[in-house]
Amino acid sequence: MSETLPFLFELGVEEIPHWMIEPALADLDRLFKEFTSQHGFADPAVRLDGTPRRLVLRTELPPRQADRAEVVMGPPVKAGPGAAQGFARRNNTAVEALAVETTPKGEYYALHRTVVGRDTRELLAEALPAIIAKIPWPKAMYWTGKGQITFIRPIRWIATLFGGQAIEFQVADVKSGAVSRGHRRMGAGEIAFDHANYEERLEKNGVILSAAKRRKRIQDGIRKLLRGTGLTLVADDALLNDLVYLTEYPTPILGEFREEFLELPSEVLSTVMRHHQRYFTLRDAEGKMAPRFIAVMNMRTDRKGFVKKGNERVLEARFNDARFFWEQDLEKTLEQRVPDLANVTFQARLGSYLEKTARVEKRAAEIGTALELDATAAVRAAHLAKVDLTTEMVKELTELQGVMGGLYARKQGEPDGVWQAIYEQYQPVSMEAPIPASKSGQLLSLADKIDTLESCFSIGMIPSGSKDPFALRRAAQGVVKILVEGRLRFAIKDLRSELYEFLLDRVRYYFKDVRGFAYDEVNAVLAAQSSDLVDVEARLIALKQVRQTENFEALAAAFKRIRNILKQAGEYNDKVEDTLLEAGAERELYDAMNGVLARVATFLKSDDYIQALTVISTLRPVVDAFFDKVLVNAPDPAVRANRLALLGRLNVQVSSIAELSEIVTSSTSE
Amino acid sequence: MDTFQQTIFKLKQFWAKHGCVIQEPYDMEVGAGTMCPETFLRVLGPKPYRVAYVQPSRRPADGRYGENPNRLYKHSQLQVILKPAPANVMDLYLESLAAVGINLSQHDLKFEEDNWESPTLGAWGIGWQVMLDGLEVTQFTYFQQCGGVDLDLVPAELTYGLERLIAFLQDRKSVYDIEWVEGRSYGDVRWREEQQFSVYNFEKADVKMLWTLLDLHEAESQRLIDEFKALGEGQEDEKRRFPLLAAYDHVLNCSHTFNLLDARGAISVTERVGVIGRVRKLAVGVATAWMEQQALLQAESEQHALLDAAPRQEVAE
Repeated sequence: MSETLPFLFELGVEEIPHWMIEPALADLDRLFKEFTSQHGFADPAVRLDGTPRRLVLRTELPPRQADRAEVVMGPPVKAGPGAAQGFARRNNTAVEALAVETTPKGEYYALHRTVVGRDTRELLAEALPAIIAKIPWPKAMYWTGKGQITFIRPIRWIATLFGGQAIEFQVADVKSGAVSRGHRRMGAGEIAFDHANYEERLEKNGVILSAAKRRKRIQDGIRKLLRGTGLTLVADDALLNDLVYLTEYPTPILGEFREEFLELPSEVLSTVMRHHQRYFTLRDAEGKMAPRFIAVMNMRTDRKGFVKKGNERVLEARFNDARFFWEQDLEKTLEQRVPDLANVTFQARLGSYLEKTARVEKRAAEIGTALELDATAAVRAAHLAKVDLTTEMVKELTELQGVMGGLYARKQGEPDGVWQAIYEQYQPVSMEAPIPASKSGQLLSLADKIDTLESCFSIGMIPSGSKDPFALRRAAQGVVKILVEGRLRFAIKDLRSELYEFLLDRVRYYFKDVRGFAYDEVNAVLAAQSSDLVDVEARLIALKQVRQTENFEALAAAFKRIRNILKQAGEYNDKVEDTLLEAGAERELYDAMNGVLARVATFLKSDDYIQALTVISTLRPVVDAFFDKVLVNAPDPAVRANRLALLGRLNVQVSSIAELSEIVTSSTSE
Repeated sequence: MDTFQQTIFKLKQFWAKHGCVIQEPYDMEVGAGTMCPETFLRVLGPKPYRVAYVQPSRRPADGRYGENPNRLYKHSQLQVILKPAPANVMDLYLESLAAVGINLSQHDLKFEEDNWESPTLGAWGIGWQVMLDGLEVTQFTYFQQCGGVDLDLVPAELTYGLERLIAFLQDRKSVYDIEWVEGRSYGDVRWREEQQFSVYNFEKADVKMLWTLLDLHEAESQRLIDEFKALGEGQEDEKRRFPLLAAYDHVLNCSHTFNLLDARGAISVTERVGVIGRVRKLAVGVATAWMEQQALLQAESEQHALLDAAPRQEVAE
């Protein structure tokens, strides 16, 4: 088994969308390892590489599967020689070759045999077509015709080499071979290679296989271009990664544009450059945007400067458009444009943005009242918030919606609280991104999102499964994040009940996946409080902290027991009769409980959940002693009822902070 | 440097060499070359086809009175359909760029994901926008569905934006400065048209009349579709000669009328999705009927082939 041969697999595809390449490599890795483990190969070290036109897997495999011993059980010995003969015949062997195995059920004939391992070459030829077909893609296509194989883009070649030979198989109309292809414009159409020179041959043909090397080439190239210029790069890892996977041979170039365009808002310039043209932007020595950019070509060099010139011309044309839009948009004020919103559909059944605007203004005012905040700026901002949808700039650069509205509002002299709120209305753009910095922005963003959610829910547009065309989940996540991080004590329970339930899902997601609380902590707190999310956060922080202390987990286990007892008992009242208490553990628990609950009540007045939970966890010894020494299920029904009342009262008080029985402990068996 | 028309000649010649029928533009208003019957109907069904044509494409809302150097109410697309897409389609495309004088070793080319969808036509495909030195010069699409019908053979559709491409080749900052033929610019030939149609589309078009036209064209197209559907067994001859092409022309009229109404700002809140749905319904209706008609024609020609192949004596008897 020690001897292995190098295996190389290159799947040649027409340009794969850049953002799908890394996930596809991970899937290829998983599928290949399923294959090796299924056939008993030791888990191989696999190297994966991807460019827009190729997914490559390299590893080492033994030439053959190992032989393995197998025992086939036959009929019982007591069935007689006839049965043995039949068994032997069916297995192409003689009766003499059979062994007798003793099992708990008696003696049985058995055949010991060696299954000869198969040729790895054969196994690969069988498995690779299926592995290719199983790579999942976000959106696949036909290319050989309806009902045939689908893939992300047409497969155009397959190169394989195991040892010194190709593995032969066919996928769609492509037969595998041992020939690769170079860069579309800088390489040969056919490249012979061996294991040792594969990467070198590719590189000679204009393909840098390793993403890390491509990344480094871009970074080094940029450094070289900027040396001595006094310019610094505005780092953009997402853009860098896009460019790594949009190219097979990336080379950065430095371009420039006329300084007069710097009069346009930098948001516009950088959106055009980064999002539309995939250029890096640059800052000058004073930290201001420089009239320069870095484009990354998919080729070695721009010796004659054609590429630089071409990109500069494209950028100038785009900036010209943008300037045209900026000037044209400013010819009318946002206020003057408000009626135009009647022509912009929000949703067919929910009417226009003009109607939405009226709803959001009202909603912003209501939220302001509920939170006892001055909502004047937010309401004014809501009035103008969607108007930028009618501007040429936003029709062209849709990702600038909100931002443009804010910039136009500032230019037209709206107060800070108003233009900032408009500018920030779509924040947070993701769970990692910041919420609006201004209070008016938080109010507007909340009002807008809650309106979208409420309206869509009102017409039954509720996301299910993967269907969420209006991105309601994201809107709901934004609501949760703004409420918690903006410290806004807004009661989400006051919203319509389906929406409240929907938000709760997002609350769980936020605290678990974004904030890193354990799921049982989140369950415990939400069972007690699920409307004021600022309060939920305070309880979670306390629970997480107090959980580390020595008595806590044991106490949580005891509460689980209490809950079970109460559940089995069914009904009980919470009136504890002093006279029915037995001296000793029961009385001690009662006294301790009264003392603790009184202190807890004080702590709760100032929302000091850490102190409250810390005090509660001091109950652990008396609770344990109670369960050790006292039989809840006492023969006397009155005593029994009294004990249930005691536990019930303790449970009600404590679970109003957090449902401790939800905490999963090492002693929890359920 | 080639003139506007020389570059077009070269592209047509290139694709003619690769087996394309060179068609003239369709003689109706369309928003894109895809809408012409030579694409919309030809991509349906199992028959291979290759065609290329320049299609003036009218998008009323994109008009800028001739004042914007890059935006046009009517631009020209060179539309190429290769059905089915050959395995070397990308190489052919690169050769076509070389054929119009682009030295690909000195220019940057990237294929960026861009899937195409036309809700009014019930059509979509998978593909890229082709970026030449940062400029989008071609939309490259593998058609998957058209008129709501899954395509039997997957065609490649190459759509070259001619003004952009040629402004690039001629190094012009404004499309109006493109040299159309020696001594005559694109502006000389087309500027007035851009201005006047912008005025018409944005200011003068009679909204009420447009709505009426939309209703009329819709009704006529629908009437024909319904009539075709009503034909039953024994009426195959009628079905084979039925004017579905005329029904489709009325769909194109609907689509253009919709675009005019849109540019005029006359499509209100609830109407927009509704009108798109109306046009789509017609497009799907024609496509479905077309598939049936093609199947009937196919069956008939197979039968003829069978008869032709039969021994002479039997025919004589």
